[in-house]
Amino acid sequence: MTTPRLRTQVATHLSLVLITIAVLYPVLWVLKMALSPGQAFSLDLNPIPSTVTLEHFEAVLTTATMDGDWLFGRQLMNSLIVALATSAVGIALATSAGYAMSRWGFPGRDAGMRIFLITQMFPGVVMAIPLYILLDELGMLDSLMGLSVVYATTAIPFCTWNMKGYFDTIPVELEEAARMDGADRWTTFWYIVLPLARPALVVTGLFSFMTAWNEFILAATFMNDETSFTLPVVLQSYVGDYGTEWGHFAAGAVIVSAPVMILFFALQRHLVEGLTSGSVKG
Amino acid sequence: MPWLLLLILALFGGTSHAQELTLWHAYRGSERATLESLLEAYSAEENGITVRARAIPYDGFNTKLEAAGPRGHGPDLFIAAHERLGSWVQQDLIRPNPEALSGVSETVEQALFHDGQHYGTPLAFKTLALFTNRALIDTPPTTTNALRDLAKTERDAGRVGLAYQATEPFFHAPWMNGFGGALQKEDGFALDRPGAVAALEFLVDLQSDNLLVEEPTAVLVTQLFNEGQAGMVINGPWFLGEVDPSIDLGVSPLPVISETGEAAQPYLTVEALQVSAQTAHPEAAWRLAQWLSAEPAALKRAVEGRQSVATLSVYNHPSVAGDPVLMAFQAQQASALPMPTDDRMAASWEPLARAIRRVSRGAHSPSVALAAAQTEFEVVTAPPPKPTNPTPYLVAAIALVLAGLVFIARRAWSARAAIREHAYAYAWVGPAAISMLALVVLPFTVGAAVSLFAHDNGQWTFVGLTHFWDILLARDWPITSALSFWFTLVVTVGWTLANVVAHVAIGMALAMVLRSPWLKLKGVYRVLLILPWAIPNYITALIWKGMFHRQFGAINALLDAVGIEPISWFSQFSTAFAANLITNTWLGFPFMMVVTLGALAAIPRDLEAAASLDGASGWQQFRHVTWPLLKPALLPAIILGSIWTFNMFNIIYLVSAGEPDGGTEILISEAYRWAFTRGHRYGYASAYAVLIFGVLVMYSKGTDKWLSRRAA
Repeated sequence: MTTPRLRTQVATHLSLVLITIAVLYPVLWVLKMALSPGQAFSLDLNPIPSTVTLEHFEAVLTTATMDGDWLFGRQLMNSLIVALATSAVGIALATSAGYAMSRWGFPGRDAGMRIFLITQMFPGVVMAIPLYILLDELGMLDSLMGLSVVYATTAIPFCTWNMKGYFDTIPVELEEAARMDGADRWTTFWYIVLPLARPALVVTGLFSFMTAWNEFILAATFMNDETSFTLPVVLQSYVGDYGTEWGHFAAGAVIVSAPVMILFFALQRHLVEGLTSGSVKG
Repeated sequence: MPWLLLLILALFGGTSHAQELTLWHAYRGSERATLESLLEAYSAEENGITVRARAIPYDGFNTKLEAAGPRGHGPDLFIAAHERLGSWVQQDLIRPNPEALSGVSETVEQALFHDGQHYGTPLAFKTLALFTNRALIDTPPTTTNALRDLAKTERDAGRVGLAYQATEPFFHAPWMNGFGGALQKEDGFALDRPGAVAALEFLVDLQSDNLLVEEPTAVLVTQLFNEGQAGMVINGPWFLGEVDPSIDLGVSPLPVISETGEAAQPYLTVEALQVSAQTAHPEAAWRLAQWLSAEPAALKRAVEGRQSVATLSVYNHPSVAGDPVLMAFQAQQASALPMPTDDRMAASWEPLARAIRRVSRGAHSPSVALAAAQTEFEVVTAPPPKPTNPTPYLVAAIALVLAGLVFIARRAWSARAAIREHAYAYAWVGPAAISMLALVVLPFTVGAAVSLFAHDNGQWTFVGLTHFWDILLARDWPITSALSFWFTLVVTVGWTLANVVAHVAIGMALAMVLRSPWLKLKGVYRVLLILPWAIPNYITALIWKGMFHRQFGAINALLDAVGIEPISWFSQFSTAFAANLITNTWLGFPFMMVVTLGALAAIPRDLEAAASLDGASGWQQFRHVTWPLLKPALLPAIILGSIWTFNMFNIIYLVSAGEPDGGTEILISEAYRWAFTRGHRYGYASAYAVLIFGVLVMYSKGTDKWLSRRAA
C-alpha cells in the first residue's frame, strides 16, 4: 500500500485532531473543576482553569475517620481488593467456561451460551433488594468478598463470550499434538492454550476490573461502614441531597479514572488484540 | 472451596460490639463535623455507650435503609428528612416517640406528626428563602409586586431579574401555596386548584417580562449569583456553601403574594433523628435523640454546623440572635408549609413538573396543563388493583416448572451418552454457571415475581397478571401518550438503533484510518480516543448535560460561532433525543473502535492490496473485501452493545431526564420512575423489567439467524 498524497495526509491528521479535541473537551472540563477553587460547577467555555489549586485533591485524599485513621487509604485499598478479586474470579470462571464452550460440543452448550447472553438483559433495577437478601443469607453482606463475587458474576457473560471467541481463533492442532504426547486436558490448557490467549486474558481482566472499579449502587447498599466503602461510593457521596460539591466530585473523578486510564495506556496493544467478543473463526 | 470462603469471610467480615449505638446520616461538611464531635462528646459523657456514626451517600440512603432495616442490619437511629415518614411507618422501620415534643415550633411539630403520633426528634429544618447580593439589592422586596419591580430594574441593568429553578415543583411551591393552590388540603390531594392555576399565571408573567433565566439549573443559578449577574436568588440553606465568600450576602423571607395578601409558603422539611423499630436499645437511643436536640447540642449545631436548628430556645442565644442568616431562616419558618408525609406527595412531583414545564415552554395554558397533571396524578396514585386468588397461578407455576424439568430431563436422557462422554466439560463450565444461577438468575426471578404483586404504602397484595394487562393494553393512557409502554418501546428501539449505527460507523471509520500504515502518532490518537471509555459514565453524562444548556452551554456557543441559532435542546423531542444520542455516542464509539481494530488486525492486508491492484476504489475495497471479513467479528459486539444501549439508564436519566414531557424516556428509566418517583409502585416497575427482558429475549432470538449464518 502506498503512502497517499500530502494533502490527504494533512486532511487525515486534521480531522483526527479535531475528533480528539471533541473527545477530550469534556475530559478537560473535569480536570478544570478539579483544579479550580470553589465547589461550583463550571459552565465556562474555556476548559483551562484560570487559577490552579490542589485543595480539592488534598481534601479528597486526606479524609480521616472519627478515630483519625486515613480513610481515603482504606477506601482505596477496598477498591483495589474488590477490583483485583473481581478480576481474579472473573478470569478464572470465564476462562474455564469459555474454553469448554470453545472446544467441546457438550449437550447444553448452545443453550448455555444463550443463557449467558440473556443474563445481560436482566434490568438491574429489580435485582438490588433480592441480592441483598441473598448475600445476607450467605453471610456475605458487608464483606469485600461478597461484593467481588457479585461483580465478577455480572462481568462473566461478556468475559466468557470474549474468551470463547479468542479460543476459537487458536488452532486445535497445537493441543492435539500435545495430547498425542500424553499431556492431559489440564496440562494442555495451562501450558499451551493459556499463554497464547494472553491478550484475551488481559481484556477479560480489564473488563472485570472496570466493572468493579466504577460501580457504586450495590457497593453503597451492601457495605455498612465508611471504612468498607469503595471509591465510587465516596465519589457519589459528594453529590448531595440538594447541592453537589463539584470541586471534590471532580477531583475524586480524576482520582478514580486515573488508574483505569493508566491500565488502558499500558495494555492498549493487548486490548486491540484481545477484544474479540466472539471473533473470526479460521 | 467452602473453607476458603470462610477464611476470607473471617478476614473481611464486619464485626459488631454490644453497648453500641449505630447512627446513619447523610451529612457533609461542617454539619457532619459538628455531629461527629457531638457524638464523641456524648460517648465520653455517657459511660458504656459508644455511638458509631455512619455517613451514607444520600443517593443510596433510602434503598439501604429499606433493605437493611427489615433484615435486622439497620441502624439504631438515623437522621433523614421527614417526608418519607409515612412510608417508614408503613414498613415498620421506626418507633413513635415515647413522650411529647417540646420547645419546637408548631410547624416543625406538625411535620413529624403522622397518624396520630409523633415520630423522631427534630434536629434542623430546611426551607427556601430569598438570597440577595447586597451590593446590587438595597432592600429585599417584601411583596411580589415589589419583587417584580425590582427584578425589572435588574433586568434593565443587564442582569437576570430573579434566578431560581422556576420549573422545579419544589421551587415553584412557594407561589403555588401562597396563591392558595396547596396540594394537600382537608378535601384531599389536588393539583389543579384555582390557586395553582393563578400561581402558574404568575410564573408566565415573570417569564414574559423576561425576568427569569432560561433552563435554570441549580448549577446555573449559583454561577449567575457568584458572578454578579443575578442579584436575587431563591434557594435553600445548602446554597450558603456555594456562595462566593466575597459576596455581601443577605438572606430574607420570601415576599408576600400581592394578589392574595398571603405569604409565599415554601415547603419545610425537618431533619429528624428517628429511632429505628428494630433497635435493641430503644431507651438509650431515645436518650441520645433527646440529647442531640436539646439546647446545648443544638446551639453547637447552629453555631458550628451552620444548621437552622429546630430548638426554639437557641434563637434567644446572643450568638444565634445576632446571626442574620439563621434568623432569616427562622423567620421564614413561620410561613413555611411542612412537606406532607403522605405517600401520594412523592407521586405529585412528576406530573406537576411536567405541567410547569409545558406552561413555561408556552405549549399549554396553566389550566389545561394542570388538568392534564391531575389526570396523570390520579392514574399514578390509583388504588391498587383488586387482589386475585393466587391458587390458579400457583398451580400454573408448578405445572410450568414441572413441564420444564420434564423437558430438560428428557433432553438429558436422550443425550445421556454425549453427556457422559463430556462429563469433564461440565466441571469446566460449572463454577461460572452456578454463580450465574445463584447471583443473577435467582435474584432476577425473585425480582420478577414481585411483578405479580401490587405495592401500596408498604402493603403487598397478589394481583396476578393485572400489571401486565394494564401495561400492554395501555389501559391507563392513550397508546400515543409518552407514558404508554408502546410509545416508550418505540423510542427505546429507535434509541438503540441510532446508537448502534453511530457507534459502529464512527468506531469503524476511526479504526480504518488508524490502521493506515503511513499514519504517524497512531498510538497517541488511539489512547486519547479510548479515554471516554475509561471515565465513569455518570461523571461525563453530567458534563454533557451542562454543555447542552440553552444559554450557557458550550455546544450552543459553538453553533453561534458558525452562525447557527442557539437550540433549546431539551424542549423538543428531536433535539433532546439528539443530545442523549450525542452523549452516548461519545461514550460508546471507543468500544467499537477497539473491536474493529482487533478484527482488522486479523485480516490479511494482501487481500486489500490485491483488490487495489485490480483497480477497486477505497469504498469498493471496503464494501467487498474488508466488510465481509469484519462482519462476523463485529456481530457479537454489536449484539452485546445493543443490549447494553437498550438498558442505558444513566445517560437518559442524567442528560435529558425524559424531557420534554417524558418523551425521551426509555423503558428502563420508566421502570425506575415507577419504582422510585411514582409512589413506589414496585410491582408495576417489576412488570416493566420483565417486559424489557421479554423484548430483549425476542431480539436475541432474531439475532440467532445472523450468528448461525456466520457459523455456516
